Amino acid sequence: MSDPTPRYQELRIPSLARVEGETALHLRIHDGTVTEARLKIYEPPRFFEAFLRGRAHTEPPDLTSRICGICPVAYQMSACRAIEDACGVVVDGQLAALRRLLYCGEWIESQTLHIHMLHAPDFLGEDDVIGLSRSHPEHVKRGLRLKQTGNAVVELLGGRAIHPVNVRVGGFHRAPTRAELRLLEERLRTALDDAWDTVRWVAGFEFPDAECDADLLALAEEDTYAIESGLPTVLPYDETLPPYSFPLRDFTDRVAEEQVSHSTALHSRLDGRRHLTGSLARWAVSGHLLSPLALEAAREAGLGDPLSRAGVGRAEVCRNPYRSILVRAVEVLYAVEEALRIIAEYERPASPYVEVPARAGIGHGATEAPRGLLYHRYAFDGGGRVTDARIVPPTAQNQGAIEEDLRRLVQAGLDRGEGSEAELTRLCERAVRNHDPCISCSAHFLELDIERTH
Amino acid sequence: MSTPTPPQPPARPRLGVFKFASCDGCQLTLLDCEDELLGIAAELEVAHFLEASSEAAPGPYDLVLVEGSVSTPEHVERIRRIRADARHLVTIGACATAGGVQALRNYADVEGYLATVYARPDYIETLATSTPVSAHVPVDFELRGCPIDRGQLVEVITAFLAGRKPAIPNHSVCFACKRRGNVCVTVAHGTPCLGPVTHAGCGALCPTYGRGCYGCFGPAGTTNLPALVPLMQRDGMSEEDIGRFLHTFNVTAFTAVEEQGQPGVTDDEGSG
Ligand code: SF4
Ligand code: SF4
Repeated sequence: MSDPTPRYQELRIPSLARVEGETALHLRIHDGTVTEARLKIYEPPRFFEAFLRGRAHTEPPDLTSRICGICPVAYQMSACRAIEDACGVVVDGQLAALRRLLYCGEWIESQTLHIHMLHAPDFLGEDDVIGLSRSHPEHVKRGLRLKQTGNAVVELLGGRAIHPVNVRVGGFHRAPTRAELRLLEERLRTALDDAWDTVRWVAGFEFPDAECDADLLALAEEDTYAIESGLPTVLPYDETLPPYSFPLRDFTDRVAEEQVSHSTALHSRLDGRRHLTGSLARWAVSGHLLSPLALEAAREAGLGDPLSRAGVGRAEVCRNPYRSILVRAVEVLYAVEEALRIIAEYERPASPYVEVPARAGIGHGATEAPRGLLYHRYAFDGGGRVTDARIVPPTAQNQGAIEEDLRRLVQAGLDRGEGSEAELTRLCERAVRNHDPCISCSAHFLELDIERTH
Repeated sequence: MSTPTPPQPPARPRLGVFKFASCDGCQLTLLDCEDELLGIAAELEVAHFLEASSEAAPGPYDLVLVEGSVSTPEHVERIRRIRADARHLVTIGACATAGGVQALRNYADVEGYLATVYARPDYIETLATSTPVSAHVPVDFELRGCPIDRGQLVEVITAFLAGRKPAIPNHSVCFACKRRGNVCVTVAHGTPCLGPVTHAGCGALCPTYGRGCYGCFGPAGTTNLPALVPLMQRDGMSEEDIGRFLHTFNVTAFTAVEEQGQPGVTDDEGSG
C-alpha cells in the first residue's frame, strides 16, 4: 500500500442488483480517504419531456406512466394533477377518494415488493427472494400475498397492475360499483394482518447505525397522511432552521436540477442543500397524521411516537436509511387501512370523471410516489397541446443524498479495515437499496469503479 | 438461519433476464406472477435477473428474456453478446419487440431532443433510433404488449419448458372483446378504438373499461388499417389525431402497417 505512484483501479461488479434499473458507482479513494462517491446513472436518455411536446392535454397520463413500470400510478396521478391545475379543474369527492384508493394499491404492492424481494434479503444474508423463500418461506409467501392484494386493487380500478388503462384526466373512464369494490374487502382484511406481521418481522432485523444528513422533503396535508396531493414541506437537517412549506408552483425554483457529467439523471438541490424524499421524509413530515393502528405499529417497530414530539421536536425523526424498511412496512399497513376505509365509505359517483376542457396555461402537480415526491409541470397552448413538460422524479432528487450516504459508509468501512472490493460492493449495494432508487431508465450493468491513489 | 437447500434436479434450464432501454414493467410482470413464481423458480435456474437477484451468473443460458429497446452504441454490442450466450431468445414487450415508446425519437430530431432535456447534450451517448432486438440479432419469439400480459408470459415459459410453440393467438383485440361480451365502444358510443387492428393479449381491457383500445400490443397478424381510418374520422378524429393515436407505444410497428400494410415485426410463429 506504499506504492507512491497514483494507481487507477477499475472494478466491474456484475450487479447493483435488486434495484429498479441498473446503475454504476464510481469511488475515488485517496490515501484511504473517500474523496468522491458518484452514482453513475447513465441510463440511455429516454426523452419523455420531448415526446410530450405537441401531444393533446389528455395524453400525458398514459405516456408518462411508461417512465416507470414499478410506479406507473404515481406518474399518472402527478400528470393528472398538473393538467387539471393548468385547466383550472379540481377533482374531489368520491373521484378523489378513488384516486387515493388506486394509489394505496400501488403503495401496497410497490412497498411490499421492495420490502420482501429487494430489501429484506440484505438483512438475512440472501441473494434474492428465491433464496429467501427457502430460508424464510412463510415470510415470502405472506409478502407475495400482500403484493397480490395491492395488485388486485390496482387491477380492479385500473384494469391492470402495470400501466393501468382506466385513469384519465378528470377521473376515470369507468367508476367501479360498490359491489365490485366490496370484493376487495376480504382480501384487504387478510392484508391488514399480513401487514402487521410484516412490521413485526422487519422490526426484528438488525440495523446498522447510520444517519442521512439531508433535508427531508415530502408533501403535507393538513389532516391526512399525504399521498396524492399536498404542499411541499421541508424539515431541514440543521435543527436551528424551522420546517417550512412552499407553493408547488415554486418547485423548480426551489429544487434546482443540474446536469453532471457522470450521469444522465439530473442532480437536484433544494434551496441549495442536499435533500431526501421518500418514506423517511414522509414519516418525518406527516408521521403524526397516520391512523392510530399504524402509529401503534410504528411504536412497536421502534420508530417512536411522532405524537409525543415536543413542538416540531426532531426526537422521532428517523434518519437511518437502513430503517426505512420499517417505515415502508408501516406505510403498507396504513395503505391497507386507508383502502378499507375508502371502500367502506364509497358511493358510486354519477359520472366517472369531470370534464377538463383544454385551455392555455401552465399547471403543476405533485404526488408521493412510493419512492418519494414526483413533480410534473406542463405548459399548454390554446388548443390544449403540450408546449413544454418538466418531470422531476424522486430518484433524481435523492441522488445527492445517496451519494453522500455512500461516501460516509465506504469511509467507515475503510476505517474498519473493510477495504476489499467484495466488502465495499456489498456495503454500497445495501446502502443504495436502502433508498429504493427507481432508476427505471438505466440500462447498464452495475459497475463499481474504485479509483485509488496513494 | 437458512435451512439446507433441498437437492436440485441436475439439469434445470438456465434463465437469463436482460434489460435494455425500458421502464422495467415487463420484467416486473414476471415478479407479478406471484402464484407461479415459486413454481417457475423450481423449474428454471434463475441465473441472471438483476432486478430480482444479486446472483448474476455468466451464460450460456437456455432461455433468455429481453426487455427494452436497443438505443445506445453499447446496447448494440451487448445484445450480440447475449444472443451468443442464449439458446432460446424471447423478447418481452413493445420496447424489445418494436422499439417501444422510445421509438418516437426515430421520427424526430434527436439532437433537438437532447437539447430539450439536457443542458449539456454532449455528455450523453445515444443512438438516433430506438430499435427492436430483432433489428440486431435473430429472435426466437416475440411477446407483445406494453406491458406484456402475465398469462401470455407464463404460456411462453411453459411452452419453452415443454419444448413446444407458445399458443399465442395472432388475432385482433376485437375477438377478445367479443368473447368478453363487451358492448362495442365504437358502435355504441362512437369512441375511436384501435381494437380491430391491434394484437390480442390484454383481454380487451380498454373497451371493458369503456375507452377505446390504444394499441399497446401493436398490430395484429392481419390488419385492415385503411378500413378503420374513415371510422375514426367519422368519430371526430383529425388526421393528426389519428397519427398520434397510432404513433405511441408501438410507433414503428404501426408505421410499417401504414407503409406496407404489414406488421413490421417478425413474429408470425406466434399464431397458435
Ligand atoms: S414495453 Fe412498455 S411496459 Fe414493457 S418495458 Fe417497454 S415501456 Fe415498459
Ligand atoms: S370496442 Fe374496440 S375492440 Fe371491442 S369490438 Fe369494438 S372496436 Fe373491437
